[in-house]
Amino acid sequence: MKILVCISHVPDTTSKIAFTENNTKFDTTGVQFIIGPYDDYALARAIELKEASGATVTVINVGLAETEPTIRKALAIGADDAIRVNAEPSDSFFVATQIAEHGKGYDLILMGRESIDYNSGVVHAMVGEMLGIPSISPVMKLDIEGTKVKMSKEIEGGKEQVEANMPLVAGCQEPIAEWKIPNMRGIMSARTKPLKVVEPTSAEQLVATQKYELPAPKGAVKMISAENVAELVTLLKTEAKVL
Amino acid sequence: MNVLVFVETSEGKPRKTSLEAVAYAHLMGGAVTAIVLGGADANALQSIGKYGATKVLHADDPKLNEPVIQVYAEVLTKAMQDENADILVMAGSSLGTPVAAKISIKIGASFASNVVELPNTTAGFNVKRSIYTGKAFALVEMKKNKKVIAIKKNAAELKEVGTDVQVVNYPVSLKASDFNTKIISTEKATGDILLPEAEIVVSGGRGMKGPEHWGILENLAKALHAATGCSKPVSDMGWRPHHEHVGQTGVKVAPQLYIAIGISGAIQHLAGVNSSKCIVVINKDPDAPFFKAADYGIVGDAFEVLPKLTAAVLAAK
Ligand SMILES: Cc1cc2nc3c(=O)[nH]c(=O)nc-3n(C[C@H](O)[C@H](O)[C@H](O)COP(=O)(O)OP(=O)(O)OC[C@H]3O[C@@H](n4cnc5c(N)ncnc54)[C@H](O)[C@@H]3O)c2cc1C
Ligand SMILES: Nc1ncnc2c1ncn2[C@@H]1O[C@H](COP(=O)(O)O)[C@@H](O)[C@H]1O
Repeated sequence: MKILVCISHVPDTTSKIAFTENNTKFDTTGVQFIIGPYDDYALARAIELKEASGATVTVINVGLAETEPTIRKALAIGADDAIRVNAEPSDSFFVATQIAEHGKGYDLILMGRESIDYNSGVVHAMVGEMLGIPSISPVMKLDIEGTKVKMSKEIEGGKEQVEANMPLVAGCQEPIAEWKIPNMRGIMSARTKPLKVVEPTSAEQLVATQKYELPAPKGAVKMISAENVAELVTLLKTEAKVL
Repeated sequence: MNVLVFVETSEGKPRKTSLEAVAYAHLMGGAVTAIVLGGADANALQSIGKYGATKVLHADDPKLNEPVIQVYAEVLTKAMQDENADILVMAGSSLGTPVAAKISIKIGASFASNVVELPNTTAGFNVKRSIYTGKAFALVEMKKNKKVIAIKKNAAELKEVGTDVQVVNYPVSLKASDFNTKIISTEKATGDILLPEAEIVVSGGRGMKGPEHWGILENLAKALHAATGCSKPVSDMGWRPHHEHVGQTGVKVAPQLYIAIGISGAIQHLAGVNSSKCIVVINKDPDAPFFKAADYGIVGDAFEVLPKLTAAVLAAK
């Protein structure tokens, strides 16, 4: 079985977000980059499947050279080889086009339910559509039975049990697997695992980011005595007008 | 400009976020047709007109009762052609967002999800999207004539602008091959207020000490007609179901009022609540980071404050 895992290279969840160049560029000053947390779940499940049944795991990232440490980390966690599509991931359609280009021939394409930078939650659906195969997201449980994949998918206020045939695309989230931390041996072997750099195929630009904005700063908190909770109810009614 | 709006239903009635999508399309200035797939309450569907739809299509085919994403995408793509629609609008959801994305590929449209405001059309067609899990916004230009937009809760104000309209039957022909995923079973909390749509959310963290204490939190939620949420460790430990977990890796909520009880306010939790209009924090530690993100705060023990607050809410009714 061949598994492709798509990883995004994103700011650590504790990062302070800021922009430069007149709000047109993300400010990377002091920001640590990680494998997208959801993509990390996808990778962890892929490695479990590899350990259980001897699958091969390839990771793919669409990004410029600065993403290579993130890709090496995925190799250290246990992926066999990697592809980096050498381009700025400008929008979901562009990223999906690149992944679909390299995604043929895999039995499973696993990715995160969403990236934590653009939060579109759509690359899996787009890749599935482009390849003409099912896409399911967000998947909380994924088991293989022959050519069938049985999954548990979260929906608003509950979950669905779904089934589809391979090949398919799944957008993953917890508790599909436990995040894996690379060990020393993994880190050593990752250095020599194949990382292929390929140039992107062209894709029409359908949306263009013009500018970024930060939300308006929050006003100061108003503290209320624990002895006087009725005052909170009054303020919520008359001042905040939310009751 | 013809706009088609996909309206999701819950227990046969249009979802509130979908009605916001209708309002959004109306305020955008288009001729608005709404479409509902699968069994639904015909009377409830007429009311979609109140929010600005001039026509409601109902594809009442039992095969559509199970929301298979591929099938929904096929039907809506066909409906866009039949209605000569340039723009498709819907509420982002576990169903709506992937359906929207697939349609955008099928018709070569510009696509944007998590849209938080009406488009700005002074030069081109620009929308504002929420990015970095609510920590920033991006202004993006949608370049193609055909557009697919998935909005976030509160992107448009829900106001009655029209009257009930006729519901028109919309027949569909489905191919078996479209059903590429099979839904085996669905488990859904019924009657409860859905967390992503709730106007008031009462959420508990590790400070609640254990699942056996959730009753006092639920009492407050009931008094406020609120949905309940929790922090990640609470769902990790199995105190509460996973779909209640709020934050970066869970549900993103955007209620009028978010009440956090015994939650420290880690940045990953805040990422899921920063679109709330008003935040109340109850924590026994005056230095809990959540107070910095709050509008109102009470320093106190949850087990003492909660029952008092519930009583005060009931007394003020
Ligand atoms: C990649 C990543 C993603 C994450 N995603 C999420 C996410 O989506 N959502 C999320 O919530 N977390 C997430 N986390 C975890 C997050 O960092 C915090 O660990 C978590 O939010 C803490 O939960 P808590 O506030 O319930 O618990 P704690 O941090 O233990 O806080 C408990 C609070 O309760 C208070 N308290 C204790 N007793 C009482 C009492 N009797 N009365 C009143 N107050 C009391 C304490 O003062 C304390 O502030 C993520 C972490 C990582 C690394
Ligand atoms: N630049 C990228 N390279 C590889 N995979 C990506 C990239 N961006 C997003 N993905 C994958 O697509 C998933 C959904 O992303 P999105 O649709 O942007 O929310 C992510 O969780 C990743 O697994």
